Amino acid sequence: MANELPLWEVFIRGQHGTAHRHVGSLHATDAEMAMNNARDVYTRRNEGLSIWVVPSSEIVASIPSKKGPLFDPSKDKIYRHPSFYNIPVEVKKI
Amino acid sequence: MSNPRIHLALRMGDNSLILSQQNSKWCGHAPTLEEDIALANVSLDLMGHAQMWLEFAAEVEDEGRNADTLAFFRDTEEFRNSLLVERPNVDFATTLMRQYLFDAWHLEQLLLLSQSSDTLVAEISQKALVEVRYHRERSQSLVIRLGDGTIDSHNRMQEALNALWSYFGSFFEDSKDDEMLFDLQTSPMPSSLYPRVLEQLNQDSVLSTLKIPESEFWQKGAVQGHHTENLGYILAEMQYLQRTYPNSKW
Repeated sequence: MANELPLWEVFIRGQHGTAHRHVGSLHATDAEMAMNNARDVYTRRNEGLSIWVVPSSEIVASIPSKKGPLFDPSKDKIYRHPSFYNIPVEVKKI
Repeated sequence: MSNPRIHLALRMGDNSLILSQQNSKWCGHAPTLEEDIALANVSLDLMGHAQMWLEFAAEVEDEGRNADTLAFFRDTEEFRNSLLVERPNVDFATTLMRQYLFDAWHLEQLLLLSQSSDTLVAEISQKALVEVRYHRERSQSLVIRLGDGTIDSHNRMQEALNALWSYFGSFFEDSKDDEMLFDLQTSPMPSSLYPRVLEQLNQDSVLSTLKIPESEFWQKGAVQGHHTENLGYILAEMQYLQRTYPNSKW
């Protein structure tokens, strides 16, 4: 695998107003090539309005073995969910 | 086939058709997944352009043929593509260099044709331009990266360029039809594009570190239908099904 080009993560925004979503990854030597490859690989079916490419090595990920201390404390705090209110009928979506 | 508009439409359509067929052979075989998909995309774009140009040729001819019959039932001497696009794929360096030289010519040609006095020529060209601008950008950036890459990648790209160069001149060969089209302001003289395209290649070569050959000895004859033997093999494969089972459909 020593000959492989650096890995990049690709994020695409499908519609105005929505957020960029992670769609996958690809190999490229630099940002320009990553952008071209992202266009070719991930927007063939008119999926995108905007593309972000990020070097995978620049992404800081949480460590799976530390998921206890990170996520367990929020498990028993149901009062943080907005589920104790009656939503007026006029509000269709929340 | 005496109308000069047919000559232009075939020249444009056959170049795109043959290169599309050639590139499509890489589908599933390119060195990386990204290039595989990108090459297939380019092939499909070119196929779309070929369809528009050949449909246009068939309409002007008005003898009951269509884009499919022109693609599948003509013989080598009736094809008007340049000698460059019929060169064998060989390897990825040759395929990419062939695409790069084609794109450099194609973009300049379409920019001029989109100003044509012939509205249909102008419309087809404007439609194709959207995709061809990107083709040029893509092959240009790859050639610059590989030319200015490792010693190995540089040598491979330079060898491919040297091997293809004498066939490149095939795009710039003039004919009587071209003179008539030029007088009607339908299309530029093919030879007049050479300085413009060469300037583009020279600009790129500063970054790619590739040496553009100085020779202007060109392989000629494609505008009269004189092709290299490889076109026969390409057509045999491309036309086989329709020739064996005429008018069969998916």
